[in-house]
Amino acid sequence: MTVLQNTLYVTTSEAYLRLEGETVCVMIEDQKRLQVPLHHLSAFVLFDHVMLSPALLGRCAEDGRSVVWLNRSGKFSARLEGPVSGNILLRQAQFRAAEDGAQTLRIARAVVAGKLRNSRQVLMRGARETDDGDEKEALVRTAKLIANQVRKIPLAEDLDTLRGLEGDAARLYFEALPKVMKPQARAEFPFDCRNRRPPRDRFNALISFLYALVLSDCRAALETVGLDPQLGFLHAVRPGRPALALDLLEEFRAPLADRLALTLINRGQLQAGDFDEREGGAVLLNDKGRKTVIAAYQTRKQEEITHPVLKQTLPVGLLPHWQARLLARYLRQDVAHYVPYLYR
Amino acid sequence: MSRPTDALLQIPLSSLNQYAYCPRRCYLIHAEGEFKDNVHTVSGTLEHERVDQSESRGQVGIRIEYALSVWSDSLGLSGRCDVVEFHPDGTIYPVEYKHGKRKQWDNDDLQLAAQALCLEEMTGKPVIRGAIFHQQSKRRREVLITEALKQAVREAVPRIRTLLNGAIRPPPLQGADTKRCGECSLRDICEPELAGADPTLSALAKSLFEPEEDLP
Repeated sequence: MTVLQNTLYVTTSEAYLRLEGETVCVMIEDQKRLQVPLHHLSAFVLFDHVMLSPALLGRCAEDGRSVVWLNRSGKFSARLEGPVSGNILLRQAQFRAAEDGAQTLRIARAVVAGKLRNSRQVLMRGARETDDGDEKEALVRTAKLIANQVRKIPLAEDLDTLRGLEGDAARLYFEALPKVMKPQARAEFPFDCRNRRPPRDRFNALISFLYALVLSDCRAALETVGLDPQLGFLHAVRPGRPALALDLLEEFRAPLADRLALTLINRGQLQAGDFDEREGGAVLLNDKGRKTVIAAYQTRKQEEITHPVLKQTLPVGLLPHWQARLLARYLRQDVAHYVPYLYR
Repeated sequence: MSRPTDALLQIPLSSLNQYAYCPRRCYLIHAEGEFKDNVHTVSGTLEHERVDQSESRGQVGIRIEYALSVWSDSLGLSGRCDVVEFHPDGTIYPVEYKHGKRKQWDNDDLQLAAQALCLEEMTGKPVIRGAIFHQQSKRRREVLITEALKQAVREAVPRIRTLLNGAIRPPPLQGADTKRCGECSLRDICEPELAGADPTLSALAKSLFEPEEDLP
């Protein structure tokens, strides 16, 4: 059984990480601030300018540890690549499926169904928890509308139609989502639609950052399994775009990112002071806010759930990994279907 | 797909052992290149351990070859023997080293018999006996290379060749055989627990576009 190991997130710019025996030392301004055994870590996520010693880089490449650099808002900037891992026969099967229109559509439909069903689940949970009758009704209404979109998925005969269904459902979802927020938090987190590049309100800044964290985990999961994260099915190939990682991200957006964002806001763990507003209206999490979000995400990853297919309990953090494995299985024709993770 | 000239003509000796243990494991290792815990490290370790462990030590005139390359052109087999003893009376005696204790299945015996067949073809002399040395118990178990064992090798080799040249992964072990999965180093890659997942996946796939109406 795969074990969930820790990811070391380093948010301090100019930090220097070096290998000392079998441990990693985090040096900040020539002072040792942290020392962790290497065997407890499976990945490094480094924000901004964080340096690794050549010895540590070499060791990570050798052991297949994922090392990813993100910019301050969580946007991907670089990663370490060791020897090409995984099985060429699997990648060959992935490339063949991507060339096959019917196969591509089948997988893309499953991806969209996963995304829509899971976002619907977030709204229904909000409906169960609210005391306001009107808002409950509005949430239920949107959940029904999204269910209708899900039912149309098998009828979508091409990717554009499918993306249209997805877009319509996403708009409905984000319009309803503020109602899942506690009324007292809404003044600090006003939002009415999804925006990005850059995000223009606190909620959008928060979910953008969380999507970046989950995407990084999806990408690492695909690479570990031996799939090529750049060749997707719903997401078209574009240089530098991790299309398959974005496909995998879809089913996890609502349960891993949106739900966590709402919890952090509803519990008052994040406030306006955790964000910086830039000249012109862009909004970003600041250092303090980022640390809170990362810590909450790490905790969430340790929570145990029962996987509907594996029928065993596993930590939430391994969900991307297991879904990547199920996808690999499907592509190798070991199983007849790819089924996304369905959040309950 | 692979051209005929690319087909694997010579199969590795160790694949016999894997195949007898589990055809899927054999495929994962030899066709897909998935390998954890390398067999080739064994010959290295042997260099250090041979002084203490060889039961033939002290017997005069026995020449011992370590990590000896052997092959059979007629069967299409090649590989290495951990140890082959050449006795003064002309006896050739292969010894296969295994990390663990003796297991319940005779995959080791099959591999030893295949080594014997190679040695017979190479030297023209009969190989009557060999041994499996279990490093954990430091015990040698002698194996009689019977005609039945040789026949089992001759029958397994073409089946393994077909398997390794094909593009189909055999399914994981089923029924009582699944107890072998517990000690298999490829368990993570193989995922035998997913062997029974198909009905669940089919049921979920069928209702994937029919979200439940479990509204409050």
